[in-house]
Amino acid sequence: MFVTPAYGQEAAPEAEGAGSDVHAGTEVPHDAAHEGGFPPFDPATFPSQLLWLAITFGLFYLFMKRVIVPRMQGILETRSGRIAADLDQAAKLKEEADAAIAAYEQALAEARANANAIGQKARDEAKAEAEAARKEVEAGLEKKLAEAEERIAAIKASAMQDVGAIAETTAQAILERLVGKADKTAVAHAVKAAR
Amino acid sequence: MAADKVDPIHQFHINTIVDIPVGGYDFSFTNSSLFMVVAVLLAATFLYFSTAKGALVPSRAQSMAELTYEFVASMLRDAAGNQGMKFFPFVFTLFMFVLTANLLGLFPYFFTTTSHIIITFALAMLVIGIVIIYGFAKHGLRFLKLFVPSGVPLVLMPLVVAIEVVSFVSRPVSLSVRLFANMLAGHITLKVFAGFVVSLGAMGAAGMAGAVLPLAMAVALSALELLVAVLQAYVFAVLTCMYLNDAIHPSH
Amino acid sequence: MEAEAAKFIGAGIACLGMGGAGIGLGHIFGNYLSGALRNPSAADGQFGRLIFGFAVTEAMGIFSLLIALLALFA
Repeated sequence: MFVTPAYGQEAAPEAEGAGSDVHAGTEVPHDAAHEGGFPPFDPATFPSQLLWLAITFGLFYLFMKRVIVPRMQGILETRSGRIAADLDQAAKLKEEADAAIAAYEQALAEARANANAIGQKARDEAKAEAEAARKEVEAGLEKKLAEAEERIAAIKASAMQDVGAIAETTAQAILERLVGKADKTAVAHAVKAAR
Repeated sequence: MAADKVDPIHQFHINTIVDIPVGGYDFSFTNSSLFMVVAVLLAATFLYFSTAKGALVPSRAQSMAELTYEFVASMLRDAAGNQGMKFFPFVFTLFMFVLTANLLGLFPYFFTTTSHIIITFALAMLVIGIVIIYGFAKHGLRFLKLFVPSGVPLVLMPLVVAIEVVSFVSRPVSLSVRLFANMLAGHITLKVFAGFVVSLGAMGAAGMAGAVLPLAMAVALSALELLVAVLQAYVFAVLTCMYLNDAIHPSH
Repeated sequence: MEAEAAKFIGAGIACLGMGGAGIGLGHIFGNYLSGALRNPSAADGQFGRLIFGFAVTEAMGIFSLLIALLALFA
């Protein structure tokens, strides 16, 4: 840093920068070894360099400002815009897909509920039918049972009636054998009493 | 002395190509002017044709142009914020100009425009001039707060202000001398080592064998110079951004 | 030829300044490396600053080399 101020004074450093010990060396060689000293510090070339720097740099700056920078800005903006649009579209498509999935799932759930309901109904109907059939069968069976019981009772009654007559005849026959004679009415009374 | 055979300074001589004397001044079209024109044309054609198609998916050349654009843009945005982006064309132009001039100077027999102090000093003064003019136009006298850091004890204030002023004044100097000295010293060193190769090579077989060393050195130096050429353009642009930031936000 | 001899001596002395730049560069790269080894994930982000520091510090050495070259050739 200490050397910079000495060099900054663009025109002067030819003498200054080289130091006092080469002072003579810088001044003298104008005619000797190097024609015109150290070229970067030769003030004679400054106007031309400055002018051409101004021309070239100025034109370059204008060209950049007018043409290149807007154009590149345009390119980059188009690209970022395009990318953003693509991302938007992708997001939209994803949303659509999500909606489709949701709708599908809802339909699926509905169908499942329907199927359940139908199954339940079928089950209930079958149950009711079976119940009715069972009741019918039971009723039939009971009726048959009652009939059978009635018949048994009737048979039993008739059998009971027959028992008296058989007993009288039997008793009369036994008496006739034993006694030789039998009073029909007395036998009947005796049988009745025994019964 | 190498100067007898190979004069390392010779490459910096300015030769008039077309003589244009105007009013006692020499505005000749010289080799320096020629290479300024070449550098500008090169940079301009590259940027113009690489972005001409404006393709959505960039070609190689277009991505190179876009990379430089983004590089400078982020450099400026980081240093000076979004307000600094109005200086973008200027910083981009400066960077491309210095970069192309530096790189062009690496070719043998080509003239390095940035190895002349007047060119770099003019560019640095342009930067500082813009900083000063914009600073005063935007902030008026409040721009002078740049030299008065906040939170400094009153006793130290004169010293601090003096230091700030000196550092501000030395900015264009250090900015220009850094670029100029790097270019100049690098090219001279390269030439000196190349001169060793030539003078050793002239000394017969043993010299030829010995000349391998400076040759390798010259190759390594060429690589270093390539790095320096890009780096100094970058440093010039970064410092420009920092100085512009001072003009935009003077109270730091 | 006394002036000629003084030229070379002056150039040699001027080159001493490059040692300072060398020390500075050593500091920069050494500190970068120790920082990078402590926190390797942050190292890449600081590479640009490393190069910037390198360029700015190296310029100081270049200044003294420039003085030497000027003493020799200018």
